[in-house]
Amino acid sequence: MIAFILRRLAFGAATVGGVLTFLFMLFFLYATPEDMARRALGDKAPPQAISTWIANHGYDRPLAWNPDAPADTLLVEHFRRSLSFDFGRSDADGMPIYQRIREGVGPSLALTLPLFVLGLLFSVALGLVVATFRDSYIDRAGLVLCVLTMSLSILLYIIGGQWLLGTVLRWFPVSGFDTDPAMLLRFVALPVLVGVFVSFGEQTRFYRTLFVEETSRDYVRTARAKGCGDGRVMWRHVLPNALIPIVTHVVVAIPLLFTGSILLESFFGIPGLGSMTVEAIHGNDFATLRAMVFLGSLLFIAAQIATDVLYTLLDPRIRLG
Amino acid sequence: MSTAVLEVSELTVRFPVGAARLPVVDGVALRLERGKTLALVGESGCGKSMTALALMRLVPKPGRIEAGSIQLEGEEIRELPVAAMRKIRGGRIAMIFQEPMTSLNPVRRVGVQVVEAIRLHEKISRPDARRRAIELFERVGIADAPTRFETYPHQLSGGLRQRVMIAMAIATHPAVLLADEPTTALDVTIQAQILELLRELQRSEGTAILLITHDLGVVAESADRVAVMYAGRVVEEASCRELLRAPRHPYSRALLAAMPAAARPGARLAEIPGTVPPPAQWEQGCRFAPRCEFAVENCRQTVPPLLAFGAGRGVACPIVAAGPCP
Ligand SMILES: Nc1ncnc2c1ncn2[C@@H]1O[C@H](COP(=O)(O)OP(=O)(O)OP(=O)(O)O)[C@@H](O)[C@H]1O
Ligand SMILES: [Mg+2]
Repeated sequence: MIAFILRRLAFGAATVGGVLTFLFMLFFLYATPEDMARRALGDKAPPQAISTWIANHGYDRPLAWNPDAPADTLLVEHFRRSLSFDFGRSDADGMPIYQRIREGVGPSLALTLPLFVLGLLFSVALGLVVATFRDSYIDRAGLVLCVLTMSLSILLYIIGGQWLLGTVLRWFPVSGFDTDPAMLLRFVALPVLVGVFVSFGEQTRFYRTLFVEETSRDYVRTARAKGCGDGRVMWRHVLPNALIPIVTHVVVAIPLLFTGSILLESFFGIPGLGSMTVEAIHGNDFATLRAMVFLGSLLFIAAQIATDVLYTLLDPRIRLG
Repeated sequence: MSTAVLEVSELTVRFPVGAARLPVVDGVALRLERGKTLALVGESGCGKSMTALALMRLVPKPGRIEAGSIQLEGEEIRELPVAAMRKIRGGRIAMIFQEPMTSLNPVRRVGVQVVEAIRLHEKISRPDARRRAIELFERVGIADAPTRFETYPHQLSGGLRQRVMIAMAIATHPAVLLADEPTTALDVTIQAQILELLRELQRSEGTAILLITHDLGVVAESADRVAVMYAGRVVEEASCRELLRAPRHPYSRALLAAMPAAARPGARLAEIPGTVPPPAQWEQGCRFAPRCEFAVENCRQTVPPLLAFGAGRGVACPIVAAGPCP
């Protein structure tokens, strides 16, 4: 088990290296420092201003080869800074990126965490119900509901929700954010509602398929032959087995919680990492973008490792040396 | 004649396929007696498993029991409400299956699965149920029971898994045990051990056993009576000795002739010409007619009922029943 975890960690480290190399190629080779400066300053900027911008942002080192000081290159600097989470300052306004991320994580999680937990509980529960009563009118009603919510655009739910629940009924504020817990709840409720609504159709269908497939297994027939009722069959037999694919499906989604929801955050004015990423794109803030992409990949890789480890804990058949 | 523990008549199970409703079990009659074993034999796909599942009212959707009567110790259970049926399943009728590999829940310890079987039917504390389950493990010949109790199914051999299934099935002293090819997936020595275990349990508990198999060797060893099924119908029903000595129905004969032991050394192993037709292609008359060497025009027109043939024997073939054996 320990050896397995170590091996997975080694693979993870190699993947991180690959991600950093790719980022380097994208941001320094494909888009050169001069390109970045031109984008930031405009096409008509004098050469003087461009070289000042490049020097100010620390992009004036040699790319990867410096005979005088081998460590003093953009490549080494890129790896060193990324791996020590020293992302430097924003290319746009000079704010320390680390501080910006710390400020953005909170609002992002305030939105995505309840969205994730509620969405998961809701769709797993509904999936269990429709799978238990499969091929009955309950199942068909569930199907209609899921397909209906799946077939309309998220923009419709956002705008419709803001208009109906925010403007007309005045149940929730239309957009904005506050750190005071009571206010926070009011601000976050509407985007969470919209988010759950948008995702539960697809999720429920996924879980239903999973549960229905599980109920056709032989051990389920044995459980019924023992005298288990529908509820017991689902809870004690089908769910523990279905947990294995559910966990894989769910854990992979966890890192995306930290990076926030780009669409929901920008529409509801939540100052999280999603909004920050959008601003960075608009503001030609390459340093921030680089940091966000790197962190996203890192979290994703961590989730993959966690999934594999959880897998072995949930499924006694998997024994790894 | 002793009293029947389970008496089944006119049992019909249909599956909707397209517009048709195929009778995969068609008017089957069976009678299980206390302490006796009835073997149900027939080629693959003839409806043996479906018959057993129907007795438990566990026919998978979209199949349905459409007609017939199932009497358990004199009580009609075909229309019994679901809750009452749950008490019977695993309580008074238990079942074991062909695939001990997949029939146990892979993510739960085997002991817990036996404990569940006990606690579903008896008000008994967890530690007491656990003690009982370990006793059951010992009873079915699982060595080192307390250790094996904590293992997962994949850690046990096929034979041990089948023993766990049997422990689970006999936990509540059922009156009827349905054994659906309990030894098919096991190798020969283990097979003999499991059959011996079932016989021994039957002797001490008086369980009535329905033994589904397509191995006539198993039949010869374990059964008191035999019902031969072909394409959803019982075509012959007789005592084990008589059937093996002198099968009457053309299908029973063909089945016996195809058995390796029946072939003399050097003789060519007989084969039944043709294959079992799938339910969608069943004829309106005798379903064996297309493969039968004695078939006459009338065989293809009307369904032959199970006709009495001597004492305690039935054959669904008017030609054979009518007289001198062709
Ligand atoms: N869902 C279904 N839809 C239609 N027909 C079905 C369905 N399930 C089973 N059948 C049919 O029921 C018939 C009986 O199957 P059953 O499993 O009882 O056969 P069996 O005698 O137990 O065969 P085996 O020896 O292979 O176990 C088969 O012909 C099969 O085609
Ligand atoms: Mg079968």
